[in-house]
Amino acid sequence: MSTADVVSPVTTPGEHHAHSGEGHDHGHGHQPHLAHHFESYEQQFDAGKLGIWLFLVTEVLFFSGLFCAYVVFRVLYPELFAFGHLFLNKELGAINTVVLLVSSLTMALAVRAAQLGQRQVLISMLVVTIACAFVFMGIKYVEYTTKFREGLFPARYFAPTPEALLHAAHMIHDAQSHGAAGHAAGHGAHDEHAADASHGHEGKAGDHSHEEVNKNGLTAAEQAMVDSVKVPANAGLFFSIYYCLTGLHGIHIIAGIAAISWILVRSIKGHFTPLYFGPVEYVGLYWHLVDLIWIYLFPLLYLIH
Amino acid sequence: MATIVENPSLTGGSPGAEPVVDNYLTFTRGWKSWAFTLDHKRIGVMYLCATLGAFFVGGIMALILRSELFFPGKQFLSPDMYNHMFTLHGAVMTFLFIIPGIPAAQGNFVLPIMLGAKDVAFPRMNLGSFYLWVFGAIYLVAAIIFGGLDTGWTFYTPYSTTTNTSVILATTGVFILGFSSIFTGLNFIVTIHTMRPPGMTWFRMPLFLWATYATAIIQVLATPVLGITLLLLIAERAVGIGIFQPELGGDPVLFQHFFWFYSHPAVYIMILPAMGVISELISTFSRKHIFGYRFVAYSSIAIALLGFLVWGHHMFTSGQSAVSATMFSFLTFSVSIPSAIKVFNWLATMYKGSISFATPMVYALSFIFLFSIGGLTGLFLGALSVDIHLHDTYFVVAHFHYVMMGGTLIAFLGGLTYWWPKMTGRMYDEFSSQMAAIGVFIGFNLTFFPQFVMGARGMPRRYADYLPEYEFYHQLSTIGAFVLGVALVAAVGILVRSLWTGAKAPPNPWGSATLEWQCSSPPPHDNFATTPEVGDPYAVESVKWSDSERGYVKNPSYVPSKDH
Repeated sequence: MSTADVVSPVTTPGEHHAHSGEGHDHGHGHQPHLAHHFESYEQQFDAGKLGIWLFLVTEVLFFSGLFCAYVVFRVLYPELFAFGHLFLNKELGAINTVVLLVSSLTMALAVRAAQLGQRQVLISMLVVTIACAFVFMGIKYVEYTTKFREGLFPARYFAPTPEALLHAAHMIHDAQSHGAAGHAAGHGAHDEHAADASHGHEGKAGDHSHEEVNKNGLTAAEQAMVDSVKVPANAGLFFSIYYCLTGLHGIHIIAGIAAISWILVRSIKGHFTPLYFGPVEYVGLYWHLVDLIWIYLFPLLYLIH
Repeated sequence: MATIVENPSLTGGSPGAEPVVDNYLTFTRGWKSWAFTLDHKRIGVMYLCATLGAFFVGGIMALILRSELFFPGKQFLSPDMYNHMFTLHGAVMTFLFIIPGIPAAQGNFVLPIMLGAKDVAFPRMNLGSFYLWVFGAIYLVAAIIFGGLDTGWTFYTPYSTTTNTSVILATTGVFILGFSSIFTGLNFIVTIHTMRPPGMTWFRMPLFLWATYATAIIQVLATPVLGITLLLLIAERAVGIGIFQPELGGDPVLFQHFFWFYSHPAVYIMILPAMGVISELISTFSRKHIFGYRFVAYSSIAIALLGFLVWGHHMFTSGQSAVSATMFSFLTFSVSIPSAIKVFNWLATMYKGSISFATPMVYALSFIFLFSIGGLTGLFLGALSVDIHLHDTYFVVAHFHYVMMGGTLIAFLGGLTYWWPKMTGRMYDEFSSQMAAIGVFIGFNLTFFPQFVMGARGMPRRYADYLPEYEFYHQLSTIGAFVLGVALVAAVGILVRSLWTGAKAPPNPWGSATLEWQCSSPPPHDNFATTPEVGDPYAVESVKWSDSERGYVKNPSYVPSKDH
């Protein structure tokens, strides 16, 4: 932006945009949504855009502390991460990744619709984006509650249940047989155990009712598998980092839902024009950042070898 | 965005009308017109009152501490209460006063006017940041009421995760204050980038704006790291995440890294705007163009950037590796280069200048003296071997008070007295104000210079008691603290008194060429009816004294030189 554009007192809004036709509607001295201290829509838009980028920088730095902690502890205790990630549900994580990528696409389409003045498209794209955000949070809720049930709490309260450890034992077993028995066999076994674990208590009760179970609700063979699992010292630290990173990210998703809802209300009221669409774009940028952070979180937490 | 709420008929000014009688103070009336104002000037004034209030509270705590230390042994504070008192003194002064003091209070008032703009880029965010400050302050007060705080302002783990004082309340407060600081910085960066008037290139900006810009960069880049650190500390206490707890596999030194990654740059959040104020004062009161404008401008940015690379010098004794300690030591020394560039340029500006010893200049000269001592003693602490001896002694206390208080507070007072006529439209009594400024200087040195001596002789910081051989120094220091306290109350009291008794201030009482002196004192609601003409901000010859105006007016015979 050149300085001359910013200060020219007679700048009419239409001059800055290809869609000057729409601009004339607001060119009669009274310019809706142009704050008194700005000379032109363009100056206002540029200010907002720089503002949101700076805000995103602060967000990146906000997360950077946690990423830094992740790196430090992963270097110090690689075994914690190799062990801890066994308890995370890759399938749900992958679905969530796709959900957020779709939401990013719809958000980008919403911004485009706002720029082109397509109010209906804008509204529907925002609705889809919000829906995706809710799906993400729903899946996250399932993941969290499963972990709480399995006793997978942050460091001080980390106490995995026998079922959780049995699941981990199966995963370790799979990983070993994976190398020995080839890809197909390993994959089949993996699916079977994943299904077993996801059914949790009720599945177990049904499958093994004819066998003798101990106080943990496990058969002798299962108990042997559980006993074979070596829980590394301070294993809960992985879950501390997991909850901090995904929790903080989740809070950002919720904030995103609020922000997009605000944009949605304003879209329904018809506030946005090809001349004035800044807030849609700003919220869009924020949403892309929140998605981007998840793109890092997913492999860092779920896909560890 | 909606237009400003109050009296939209007046926005845009009334060119060609009779002299403006309305100003920002009288533009609208009633408490709501202040509480919900979006005017940067009113927000600046509210910040000023709020931060001065916090400073007063922090100062009372300091006097209580110094009184306790007048004699060895217990006087009236239990060791526990002493811990609470120095913690809260540090937290209140750092987070509620020094960090927002110059940028949020004076910067808010002056920055848009210096740019010839009507307001900052995001007025609502500006008001929001003020209320975040208020909420943060409420949390800190709540922390005092519900159990106090005895961790030191640094909240070091593992003590802060085990003490039964209200760490969560206090850290929540600081977390909120951090966002207040971030929003101020963000607002200023955007304002400076997008709202400069025609003709004001980067190198025609007043140096105060360069300094504020450099400060804002640190606020935006460093403060979020403090935010996440405090959140982790809260999570540590609340749900035992163990990241900083050795018995759970965590690392307490990691907390120190995180904390100082913010808190060392935060030191430059405190000092950089002060340096910006001093650049304005030295040029104005020497009636001379600032020497080496570009060097002063770039040195602000250099300090901001180098400031990010030196946090490890707080941890020389925390067990970091020898290699990193050496690197941090080296980088720490490098910060002294841009700092010295500033001092040399100020001195060169004064050389052969026509120096006036008006109150702001008395503060500016105090600043150069005290900041030099503070900066040079910083080199002692940055040197690895010497730091082992001086670590956690009163030498450190004296060093950072010379920089923070002798630097920032003195510049704050200098800026306050400099812009006071602009803010209030009143001139204060010059002589008594100069005396107060000298009193502050004497009281300050009496308080903190003895602390260098006793620190070098081994007096540890943060102790409620001491051995008899330190008694003399402690008594000097305590006497100095009371002299300083009285002088500060007098300095502010003289200013406040001028509201009733002061002469009406002219638009430009000091002869400065920056834009804020071109509008009336106090400025009208919209600052300028038309965007003012931008010239060299340090062309002091462009204005000359007028007896009839009792201030400076445009010099008709001034021809802009090509040099600047």
